[in-house]
Amino acid sequence: MSTNVPAVDLHAAPTGERPKNYLNCTTSFMSWAGTLDHKRIGLMYLVGVSIAFLCGGVFALLVRIHLWEPHGMLFSNSGYNQLFTLHGAFMVFLFVIPAIPASLGNMVLPLMLGAKDVALPRLNLLSFYLWVGGAAFATYSIAAGGFDTGWTFYTPYSLYTNKAVVSIGLGIFLLGFSSIFTGLNFIVTTHKLRAPGMTWFRMPLFIWALYATAILQVLATPVLGITVLLVAFERLYHIGIFDPRLGGDPVLFEHFFWFYSHPAVYIMVLPAFGIISEMVSVHSRKPLFGYKLIAFSSLAIAVISFLVWGHHMFTSGQSTYAMFAFSFLTFFVAIPTAIKQFSWVATVWKGSIALNSPMLYTLAFLIIFAIGGLTGIILGALNVDIHLHDTYFVVAHFHYVMMGSIALAFFAGLHHWWPKMFGIMYNETLAKIAAVTIFIGFNATFVPQFIMGSQGMPRRYATYVPEYAPYHQASTIGAIILGSGVALMVFYLLASLFTGKKAMVNQWGGVTLDWHTPTPPPLENFETPPVVTHEVYDYSTLDVETTRTPLR
Amino acid sequence: MSHDGHHAVVIPAPGPEFLPHTVAHHFDTPVQEFQSMKLGFWLFLATEILLFGGLFAAYFYYHEWYPETFKIGGQQLDWKLGAINTIVLLVSSWTMAMGVRAAQTSQKQKTLVFCGLTVLGAVIFLVIKFFEYKAKTEHGLFDFTQMFGAYDLATGQVPWFTDIHNVMVDHTGAPLPHGHLFFAIYVTMSGIHGLHVLIGAGLILWIMKGTAKGRFHAGYYLPVDLVGLYWHLVDLIWIFLFPLLYLVP
Repeated sequence: MSTNVPAVDLHAAPTGERPKNYLNCTTSFMSWAGTLDHKRIGLMYLVGVSIAFLCGGVFALLVRIHLWEPHGMLFSNSGYNQLFTLHGAFMVFLFVIPAIPASLGNMVLPLMLGAKDVALPRLNLLSFYLWVGGAAFATYSIAAGGFDTGWTFYTPYSLYTNKAVVSIGLGIFLLGFSSIFTGLNFIVTTHKLRAPGMTWFRMPLFIWALYATAILQVLATPVLGITVLLVAFERLYHIGIFDPRLGGDPVLFEHFFWFYSHPAVYIMVLPAFGIISEMVSVHSRKPLFGYKLIAFSSLAIAVISFLVWGHHMFTSGQSTYAMFAFSFLTFFVAIPTAIKQFSWVATVWKGSIALNSPMLYTLAFLIIFAIGGLTGIILGALNVDIHLHDTYFVVAHFHYVMMGSIALAFFAGLHHWWPKMFGIMYNETLAKIAAVTIFIGFNATFVPQFIMGSQGMPRRYATYVPEYAPYHQASTIGAIILGSGVALMVFYLLASLFTGKKAMVNQWGGVTLDWHTPTPPPLENFETPPVVTHEVYDYSTLDVETTRTPLR
Repeated sequence: MSHDGHHAVVIPAPGPEFLPHTVAHHFDTPVQEFQSMKLGFWLFLATEILLFGGLFAAYFYYHEWYPETFKIGGQQLDWKLGAINTIVLLVSSWTMAMGVRAAQTSQKQKTLVFCGLTVLGAVIFLVIKFFEYKAKTEHGLFDFTQMFGAYDLATGQVPWFTDIHNVMVDHTGAPLPHGHLFFAIYVTMSGIHGLHVLIGAGLILWIMKGTAKGRFHAGYYLPVDLVGLYWHLVDLIWIFLFPLLYLVP
């Protein structure tokens, strides 16, 4: 893809002041706190979700250290319940759901479409403050006694426990609307703000993925909103619909919850797929294999994901026929997912592969996601699930997708667009060391969990029988390796902001529109409105030598 | 944020009593702005429908479980007041549509009158709703002062559901299972709907303020249009709530 303005010319001005960009055009506090610019909002989101991720990571490390010994090392049983709930709730609601769309998506989507901003900038800012409000409620809930229900808030326990369930429920309601508004904004922006010549099939696949995600955000999240409100009402004035003592049905809660939360899995993972699609193309310098299939498979996943929620409830009591249908549809969703996986591998094949740090995370993703996806098929089989249900096998599968796939794709995107966002480059050697450390640490943490899960170790237990000790200890060592990899990453990313080593004009040789604007971009993204004249991922137009000159 | 100012698109005012409208900086044309806002608002309305969808699902689920409770419970509600409220909302939808039309044709006074009538409809609706709730308390069915009290674990008795005249019984006089459930769903659904009526009335007042200032006219009436859509949705949801709650099949 190219525009009427060649990328390199934007930097050719030999004299005079460096033009102002979105970071330094204004500097007052309110110019950030009240900004309507999608890049600044994306950056504020990035700070927010990163803090949530680090908090969730510390909780995870504490959980793993506690489980070093069979009787538990650090906490009471009740304290342990609160800790793993905090880990889950922080990671799922404050990090994984908003992470890619609201931070990187916000930053990149209008750039990739050739727009000046998202369609509804005020709503975008509101979405960020709803996220802040949700985070405040979550933090308040810790102060107000914590919550110990697991991130799934299953009734009837969430109705009977004396912890701060109402406030975390309201927090999740706010976070839900934050997510809805981001999705709504992306749908409208994609429909109405594409640059001239940017047809649907010239859109980068990250946009297709964000679009499919946005449909899910808008159509599934309201159901979670009403569900957590009903749990709050149930605790406040005892409606009775989820409380068996008042004639209600706790399984109805599970239906409501998973009607949202299964599509939510795809709200989390589809943007990750989108990032991987960009990475395999740019870092292998090859057009994507099966562009249209990848685009349509995102939509197919979005549709099918509404119809598989029952696979979370195979042991909760459903009609046998419903279980057949849910199991079948669960297998079925693997088809569009596999189309993506094979297309990515086919893209890399015979490409000019550059093992940059974003590509290392991408290759790690391809391996980890294959395992995460295939173990999902195992769990989707009705008879096998009876044995594996509620064991560490589920925990490991879940983390292979949530952490190993989504967080790694997030890291890939973060490393990929870091030079674009700030115009500076991190230490690439340390980045490669961190990527390898995280890959090793991740597998060391969760492979033992697959094994002990298949042997029957139940999830969410504060103590365990000594036979499982070797697996738990291996897993804890893995978690510490993983944690040190993440700590290293935080270190060199923050350090790069201070050392300020200049990035290249077009660090990775990307050809999508986000690389056809100065680095970092000016306030309204493009100095001249772009016009798209080429197909997406057309690397023949790329002048490699000039894009690889350092920024002034 | 037209800091560079050189491509601000302005829709001129059709007369001295109106104000021009400046298209937001990131849109190229007024049509693009109009279509974007409209698409966004329809998506928002979809989320509202899904939010209520959860409540409707709960209603049908328990109607299936406890049909007798729902039937007798529905008979406790005053269908005449419900019907009057339905008519009030239907008429207010008509006045809202007339208000939108008046804004589209730059008729300031007419817009204000029809929007004012719509707010009046909202107020009548809420007053009738208030007296309905009050009547339930006077009949000894609820006690809203006990709304947030703790319930008795042994008997499963919800503190706000008093039923002192024992109306929630079957034809043999035996208590119906979980009589509170119908009323809890009734209060939750009609309460959340009432909140939407209140928000809608607030939005229409905001529209009236803008109309008085001359912001809305044939060139730019988007906010009036969107608030009108919201009001029709509020009306539409009540059209489903009324038969389900008052005329339980």
